[in-house]
Order: sequence, then structure tokens, then C-alpha cells
Amino acid sequence: MAETLLKVEDLHVYYGIIQALKGISFEVGRGEIVSLIGANGAGKTTTLHTVTGLIHPKQGSVVYKGEEITRIPAHRIVSMGMAHVPEGRRIFQGLSVYDNLLLGAYSRSDKDGIKRDMETVFEQFPRLAERRSQLAGTLSGGEQQMLAMGRALLASPELIVMDEPSMGLSPLLVGEVFEIIRSFREAGKTVLLVEQNAKKALSVSDRAYVLENGAITMSGNAADLAADDRVRKAYLGA
Amino acid sequence: MNFLSVLISGLGAGATYAIIAIGYTMVYGIAKMLNFAHGDIIMVGGYAMFVTLALVGHPVAAVAAAILAAVLVCVLMGVSVERFAYKPLRGASPLAVLITAIGVSYLLQSLAQIIFGSASKMLSGLQIAGHVMLGTLRINYVTLVTLAVTVVLMVALTLFIKYSKTGRAMVAVSEDRDAALLMGINTNAIIAITFAIGSALAAIAAYLMLAKGASLANTLGAMPGIKAFTAAVIGGIGSLPGAVLGGILLGVVESLSYSIPALAPFTDAVEFGILIVILLVKPAGLLGKARREKV
Repeated sequence: MAETLLKVEDLHVYYGIIQALKGISFEVGRGEIVSLIGANGAGKTTTLHTVTGLIHPKQGSVVYKGEEITRIPAHRIVSMGMAHVPEGRRIFQGLSVYDNLLLGAYSRSDKDGIKRDMETVFEQFPRLAERRSQLAGTLSGGEQQMLAMGRALLASPELIVMDEPSMGLSPLLVGEVFEIIRSFREAGKTVLLVEQNAKKALSVSDRAYVLENGAITMSGNAADLAADDRVRKAYLGA
Repeated sequence: MNFLSVLISGLGAGATYAIIAIGYTMVYGIAKMLNFAHGDIIMVGGYAMFVTLALVGHPVAAVAAAILAAVLVCVLMGVSVERFAYKPLRGASPLAVLITAIGVSYLLQSLAQIIFGSASKMLSGLQIAGHVMLGTLRINYVTLVTLAVTVVLMVALTLFIKYSKTGRAMVAVSEDRDAALLMGINTNAIIAITFAIGSALAAIAAYLMLAKGASLANTLGAMPGIKAFTAAVIGGIGSLPGAVLGGILLGVVESLSYSIPALAPFTDAVEFGILIVILLVKPAGLLGKARREKV
């Protein structure tokens, strides 16, 4: 594994008295695509929310680029180079496509850099360029997912955290989304991915962790996990 | 009485309601709470002007200083109330926040009564007298000032929300607070800015009311606050154009009702009756969006 970018250690997270995470530890190396796979309610989204600071753990630590960020509020973590593409896209429906993208760059003040990244995003997602002045709420599901990903890119992140990016999309678009995730790595980004579609997730990932009931039960190279009988039975429908 | 002049004075009253209603509707849209102490910020502005007028000698300078002082004091008060009374309740049940807001309202009214006494005061130094005649149509100067101030404020606020980075962040927070956090927006700061803007508008409303001849007491903002809240709900709470539309509508209805002798004593009932009718027909208000179901 390359140099460690994100190191999560022994996370314990509670919702009231219900324990959602029971001591989760994992690492993401610079330039990697790492997946968390598991059933509904296993704690995948909770893990991502803890990493990006939307919720804070009762115990454990999140270290990003060598700095502990466990208790840092979410809005300050963005400017440290981490972007979160949330489940359900969560784009701002009442704002234009362009304004949504500008909000992605909210924590930045380098006007030239923002302009350059905006052009890069419009090149990568020509549909967004065509619809830049349209209200984001009028986009199709696939376009909204592109917008959510483009918006994350405008934060100029080193690490992109993605929660169920293929959810609710047609098979054709699912393929496109995973191509985009690959392109993130080619652009030098690191990706932490949560997916229900374990087969696709493992096919783009370098490594993966399997979550069950708030704990990690297996981990390893994505290719090895994809060949593992237990994973195949439980998550790949084989 | 001339129908047109009734209409114009209604527009003036409605413009003042609109300015207050914007404070309600912005705070509701962005902080998701009903700030029932908003009307009392108007009263705070009134006393800030009262004190300033007593301190500054020159009559014209005194008015300018009074408005400036009212804006500063109201902003400070609004932001402090948010910081110390509402912010600790972020994530608490809406009922707890609502009751706290009512508590803050009584607190401010009682403090004003303790400090300034309960006798109401006329601030003649702020009053704008005189009128202009257009044929048989009589328009008070204060109505013209009120309408001009309202138009300028609306345009400025609309441009600010549409084109400034902070304005965009306000829209983002009102739509989805968690997603806004993930953009790197300090949502607590945006909420504080919203209270500051609403409170500054309340200070301007205080000036316009006193300029029209309202007498200053610790209940100065109580009834206008409730009326403006009604206006915000009629227009669709959370909607800025809705607050303006609701305010103007309410002001015109009020003025018309006053001008009809049989209805005059029941003017408040007429206004709140309209609220009921509109909510029955359009539960989200005239320009309100029907709530989106979130999955």
C-alpha cells in the first residue's frame, strides 16, 4: 500500500443507545480506491459520516494526512482536501447547476483555480455544461449524480468519499458512474467508496473491507475478496 | 374616502409588514424555527432610537444617528438572542425552540418595561409630517418614504441572495443543512448572519412605524410582529417574495377594512380571517412550495 492518507482506528459510534459502529479500523492509501461493502444497516454510511465529520464517535480516531480530525466540524474538514458525495446526491434543487458547482468550491478562495476546475468538470461532464443555468432539480437522476460528483471535484479534494453513487440509476449509467470513479484515480485522487453494488465496487477497487453489524469482518485485495466464497455468497449473488 | 388613497396608505402599511415578515420567513427558511421574539426586536430598535434622540442635539443628525444606532443595537440583540437562547437548542424538538422564543419575547418586553417604564412615548423628532396632493389624491410623505425604503431593501436583499457567495450559502443551508456542511459552509455562521439581516430590517421597520406616528412602548412590536408573521404564512413561510406579497396584501386589506365603517372595529378579525381562508385553500401559502417528501 502507498503512503497512508486516511487512517481510521477503533471507531465506536452510537445513535442514542444503539451502537452503530463497534470498533472499526481501516486505512486508505494515497491514490487508492477502497470500498466498504456490506448489507443495509451494516454501518457503511455511518462510517463515512464519521470520517467527514457529520457525526462524531464516542471512541476512536480519524487521522487524515497525519492530522487528527476526529472532533473537527464537517465544514472545516472540506478545506483540508476531503469531499463527500452523499447518498441520494443531495444537490441543491432550487439552485442552478452552475451555482451548485460554485458551492462545491465554497471553501476555496483561489479564483483562477476554481475557474480551471470548473472548465475541467464541464469537459468531463458536457451535459452539465449544456445545462449550467438550469435548476438542478430539473435534471435527471443520472445528471444529478454527475452534478454531485462534479460538485465534489470543485472542492479540489485529495480524498473523495462516495456514498452509494450508483443507487437508483439504470445499468448503463451505473457503468458510467464507475468509469468516472476510475477517472478520479487517473486524475490523482483517492476514493473511499461505499456501495450496495458490491460486484461493481470490487471491480474498480484496489482493496475492500466487508462490514457486518458495525464491525469489519473481512478485508483484503478487491480481486481476492471477489473470488472469496463467503463474499460471493453473501454479496455477489453467486 | 377616496379608494385610491386608501389603497396607497394600505401599501405603506403593507410595506412595513413586508419588511418585518422577511425577518420571520428568512429565519424560518434557514434556521427552521419560528422566532416569535422577532417583533420585540422592533421594540428594542425603538428604544435605541429613543435613547439616541435624547443624546444627539442636532435634529437631522439625531435622526440619522438614531437609525444607525437602532440597526446596530438590533443586530447585536438579534445575534445574541440566537447565540445564547436558540443555538444551544439546535437539534432539540421544535416545541422547545418555540417556547424559548416566546420566553425571549416576554423577557425583552419585561426588560424594556423595567428600564424605560410603562408609559408610552411619542418620538416627534422621528415623525415625518406633510403630504403631497395629486389632484384630489392625498399621499402622505411617510408613505412615500416607506415605499421607497422597502423597494430599495427588497432589491438589495434579492441581489445579495442571488449573486453573493454568502447569499448562495444561505439558499444552500435552507435547502439542506447537512449537504451545506459538506460544501464547507459554516452553517452556524450563516444562521447568525440571517438573524443579523432580519434584525437590521426590524430596526428599519421600527423607524418607519415611529416616523408614521406610532407611540413607543414595550409592546411596540407585539401586534405588528403577529401581523407580519401572518403575512409570512399567507405568502408561504420560507419564501421571500411570499413575505412581500403577504405583507402588502395584509396592509391593503387592513386599510380597506378600516375605511369601511361597518368593518373597521373588526379589522384584526378580517386580517386573521383571510389567513384562515388562504390556508384552507393553499395550505403552503400563496407562494409556498408544497413540502417535498424526503426519502
